[in-house]
Amino acid sequence: MPDFLLEIGLEEIPARMVDAAREELARRTQELLVKENLLSGEAQVSSYSTPRRIAVVAFGLNATQADAQEQITGPSLKVAYKDGAPTPAAEAFAKKVGMDVTKLGKISNSKGEYLSATVEKKGRAAADVLAESLPKEITGIYWAKNMYWRAGKPERFVRPVRWLTALLDSKVVPLEFGGIKAGAKSRGHRILSQGDITLQSPSAYAGSLESAKVVVSPAEREHSIRKALDAATRTIPGARWREDEDLLKTVVNLTEFPSVIIGTFEKEYLSLPEEVLVTVMRDHQKYFAVEDANGKLAPHFLAVLNTDGDPDGLIRHGNERVLRARFNDARFFWQTDQKIPLTERVEMLKAVTFQKDLGSYYEKAKRMAHLVNIGGADFDAPGRKINRKALHEAAWLAKTDLTTELVKEFTELQGVVGGLYAKAQCLAPAVADAIYDHYRPLSMEDESPRTLESALLALADKSDSIAGMFALGLQPTGSKDPFALRRQANGIVKIIVEHKLPVDLRMLFHVALIGYKGSDAEKKFTNLDKYADSISAFFRERLEFYLRDVRGFAYDEVNAVLAAGYDRVTDALDRVEAVAEVRKSADFEPISVAFKRIKNILRQANEAGKSPMGEFNAAGLPDPAEKQLAEIVEMKAPIVAELRHKHQYVAALAEIAQLRPALDTFFEKVMVMVEDEKLRSNRLALLQKMLNNFSTIADFSEIVTEKK
Amino acid sequence: MSQAKDKSLTFQELIFTLQKFWAKQGCVLQQPYDVEMGAGTMSPETFLRVLGPKPYHVCYLQPSRRPADGRFGENPNRLFKHTQCQVILKPPPDNVQELYLESLQAIGVDLRKHDLKFEEDNWESPTLGAWGIGWQVMLDGLEVTQFTYFQQCGGVDLEPISAELTYGLERLCAFLQDVDSVFDIVWARDPKSGREITYREIRQTEELQFSVYNFEFADVEKTWEHLKLYETECKALIDGYNGLVKALGEKKSASREELKRYPLLPAFDLCLKCSHLFNLLDARGAISVTERVGVIARIRALAVGVAKAYVDQQSDTAAAATKS
Repeated sequence: MPDFLLEIGLEEIPARMVDAAREELARRTQELLVKENLLSGEAQVSSYSTPRRIAVVAFGLNATQADAQEQITGPSLKVAYKDGAPTPAAEAFAKKVGMDVTKLGKISNSKGEYLSATVEKKGRAAADVLAESLPKEITGIYWAKNMYWRAGKPERFVRPVRWLTALLDSKVVPLEFGGIKAGAKSRGHRILSQGDITLQSPSAYAGSLESAKVVVSPAEREHSIRKALDAATRTIPGARWREDEDLLKTVVNLTEFPSVIIGTFEKEYLSLPEEVLVTVMRDHQKYFAVEDANGKLAPHFLAVLNTDGDPDGLIRHGNERVLRARFNDARFFWQTDQKIPLTERVEMLKAVTFQKDLGSYYEKAKRMAHLVNIGGADFDAPGRKINRKALHEAAWLAKTDLTTELVKEFTELQGVVGGLYAKAQCLAPAVADAIYDHYRPLSMEDESPRTLESALLALADKSDSIAGMFALGLQPTGSKDPFALRRQANGIVKIIVEHKLPVDLRMLFHVALIGYKGSDAEKKFTNLDKYADSISAFFRERLEFYLRDVRGFAYDEVNAVLAAGYDRVTDALDRVEAVAEVRKSADFEPISVAFKRIKNILRQANEAGKSPMGEFNAAGLPDPAEKQLAEIVEMKAPIVAELRHKHQYVAALAEIAQLRPALDTFFEKVMVMVEDEKLRSNRLALLQKMLNNFSTIADFSEIVTEKK
Repeated sequence: MSQAKDKSLTFQELIFTLQKFWAKQGCVLQQPYDVEMGAGTMSPETFLRVLGPKPYHVCYLQPSRRPADGRFGENPNRLFKHTQCQVILKPPPDNVQELYLESLQAIGVDLRKHDLKFEEDNWESPTLGAWGIGWQVMLDGLEVTQFTYFQQCGGVDLEPISAELTYGLERLCAFLQDVDSVFDIVWARDPKSGREITYREIRQTEELQFSVYNFEFADVEKTWEHLKLYETECKALIDGYNGLVKALGEKKSASREELKRYPLLPAFDLCLKCSHLFNLLDARGAISVTERVGVIARIRALAVGVAKAYVDQQSDTAAAATKS
C-alpha cells in the first residue's frame, strides 16, 4: 500500500489564490485516485501549500489496480454461425478478444442471443495511471488570472512552474507538466535553505521541508503566527494586537517560515485619525495594529516576516522607516487637503468622472441632493425628525473627498475621509456623520449607516447608481457585475430594513430616474421601456437572497410573500415573519392546499377561455356550502383588509385560517366547472374574489405542502 | 546606522553596480531615451523591443517624468522626475527570479538579514494597450522592484513574452543609505576629499522649477496645440505606413525597401510626446471629464497603431533578410 506525493513548485502564487488552489488540487487528486480504483472512497488525502508550492499526499494506495473481468458482447448468434459452423464474423470476434472460437460464450438479452467473451482486464500500475492522468488535473486547476511563460505558449498557469515532485513511496512517478519532468527533489526556503532537497518518501514530506525552513501546513503557519503575534505584543505592557482574520490569511499565504517583529512609530502620528493609520498599516503594509488596554491605538505595529528572525533589528528598522514615510505622506496629504475645504471642492467634482456615460460626480451630487429631498418628505415620524438641512448639505459634499490627495492615495477610505474632513472643518456633526457612512454597508456583514441622515444619503447614492446603470442597459448579468450593483442593492435592502424606512422601491427608482432628466446621460438611455420591470426583477432576487440567506426564512415562505408584492421592503419582512409564525398552526397547510386548488381551477378556466364574470352575485349561488363560503368571505374580507392596513399580519392570517371549514365543505360539495355558464362563471368569480382578497399578505399557493 | 551609510553605495555607484551586474548577464546597456516619458516601459527599448520574435536583453536607466507627482521638491518621497532602472529579458530565463535576487546581493543587500516577499501586483496600462502579470518585490516592507511578465503590448499578444524588472532607484538608494528623504541620498562621494554631493544639490531646484511650471505656468492653450500637432503628425505617419502596405499588396508599386526605411521609430517619438503633454495638461487640471476618456483613447490609438505597424515592419524585414 504505497503513499503518494505530488508537489507543484511555482514562482510566488498570489496570496488570495493559494487556499482555493490547494483544496482543488487535493479534491482533483482524490477523485482521480478513487475513480481509478487506486484509493478507497473514504480515504482522506492531506494537502499543503506555501506561496511557492501546492502539494497533496495520499496514504495507502493500491500499487496496481485490481484485475477486472470484462464481458464483451459479439455478433448475434444468427450471424455468427451458419449451419452450425462459425462464420468469419465469429472468427473475427474471437480474434479480437484473443480466444479460440470454441471457447466463446453466449448471452441473451431482449434483442436475442449473442456471442460473448469474458476477458481479463489487467489492472494498471498506479504510477502509470498517475503519470498519464494527473497532468490533465493540474491543467484544470482554476486560477483567477493566468499567464503564459514558455515559448510557443503551450500552457497557461498562475505563475511559471519551476519544479515538480512526484513520488510513489521512494519511486519517482514520471509525470510531466509545463515542460518540467517530475523528480524526487524539492526546494526549501528561498533564502534560508541552500540547494535542492531530496525527498525520501511521501510520509517524510512535511518533515523534510521543515528542515529546509518551509512549514508546508498553512494551519501550522497560522498557529505559529498567532503565537508569535502574542509573544511580540507581550513586550508592551497591557497591549493587544487587533484580530484581523483576512490579514492573517494573507500573511499565512505570503510566508514559508514566518516570524513576527514588533515595531514602533512616533507618537505624534497618533494625532492622525485612526482610520487612516490602520488603513496604511493593514492594507498597504500588511501590519497588524496594536491597541492599549483601553482599546486605543498604540504607537506600535506587528509585521509578519518570511524569515526566521531579525537578530540585528535591521528588518524592524526598515519597516519602521517605510511606515514613517507612509504616515508622513498621509499627514502631508491631510494638511494639504485642508487648504481647500470640502465646500470649495464641489465645483472640482465637475472634473471627476462618475461613469463615462453618466457624467461627472458634480452631476451625481446634484442628483443625490434632489433624491434625498424627495425621500426626506416621507420619513419624518413621531420620535424621529430628519435634519433636512444637514442631509442636503451632505449630499452635495459626499463625493468631494474624491478630489483630495488623501483619497487619491487611499481610495478605500472614500467617504471616511470626507466625514473626517467635514468634522475637522467644523461642519455640523450630522453632515460629517452622513458623509462618513454613506458607502456603507460594504457587505451584508458590514454595519448600516448609523444615523437616519446617513441612511438616506446612502440610499440616494446607491439608487442613483443603479438607476443610471439600468437605464443604460448595464444591469448585472451572470457573474458580471463590474459596478457592484448587486452589492449596492443588498445595501439598500439592509438599510431599509435596519432603519425601518417606509421606502417604496418603485417610487424610489422612479424619482431616481427623474434625476437624470435633461442630462447628456439621458440621450444614452436605451433601456427605458424595460427599466421599471428589470429593476423590480433585480430587487426581487436581492430580497430573496436577503430573506433566505441572510434572515434564514424558508424559500417557499419567501416566494409566497414576494408574490404578494415587495415594493415596501419592511412590509415584506413583516409579512414573511407573520407567515413563518402562523405556518406552525394546524389550519395553515390545508389553507395553502385550498388556495393552490383555487389557483389551478382559475388557471384552467382561463386557459379554456372560461373566465369569471366580474363581481360574484351571492343570490346566484344555489348550494348551501357555497352560500356559506360567500358569506364568510364577505364577512372576513373587510376584517383582513383592515388588519392588513394596520400591518397586523399574524391576526390577519389567523382570520384567513378561519376560512378553512367553509372552504373544505365547499370543495367537498360544490363542483365549480359545471356546464351552466352563468353558474360556473359566478362560482369562478367567488373564487377570484377569495384569491384577490386573501392573497395580499402572501400567495398561499406558493407554500410547499406535503403531497398526499 | 551611520556605519551602514558609509559602506553603502552612492547613487551613482548603485547605477554602475546594477548596470555591471546585468551586463554580465548578457544585457545590452542602453542610454536613457531622450524623450520625456512617464515610465521606462514607454521607452522604445521596452515598448517596441518586446514585440515580435527576436530575443533581446537590455538594461537602461530611464528618468521618468510624471508632472502630477511633483511636490516642489518639498516632499521627502515624491518626485516629478525619478529614475528607473529597467531590465528587459526576452525571453526570460528559467532562473529569472534567482538572477534578480543576485542583483540585490550585488548592490549590498544581505538577503539573509532581510525580509523578502513577492506580492501579487499585476501591471496594466490602458494607454499603451499593455498588461502583464507579476509582483511588487517587498524588502523589509518597502517596494523595491516591479517584476512583470509582459503578456501583451500595444494591443499585440507577445510571443515570446518578456520579463521586465523595474527598480525605483531613489527609493532603493534611500533604503540602502538608510536616509528618510530622497534628497538626503548621497549621489557621489569625492574619492580624494571624501566630500559628499547629495541628491538635493543636484536635483532639488529642478524639482521645484518643473513643479512650478507643470502646476502653474504651462500654457494650457499652447500645450493643447502642441499635443494636437504631434498627434496629427504621428497619425499621418501611421496612416502612411499602412497605405504603403496596402499598395504593396495590391499593385506592388511600393518596394520592400520603402517599408523597411519607413520612419516608424520617429512616429513613436511623436506618440511619446503626446503622452507627456497629456500628463502635463492633466497636472494643470486642464482636462475635463468628457475630454479625458477621449484623449486617452486617442493616445492609445497612436501607441497601438505604431505597435501594429512596427510588428509588420519587423516581420517584413525579417522575411527579406532570410531571403538574401
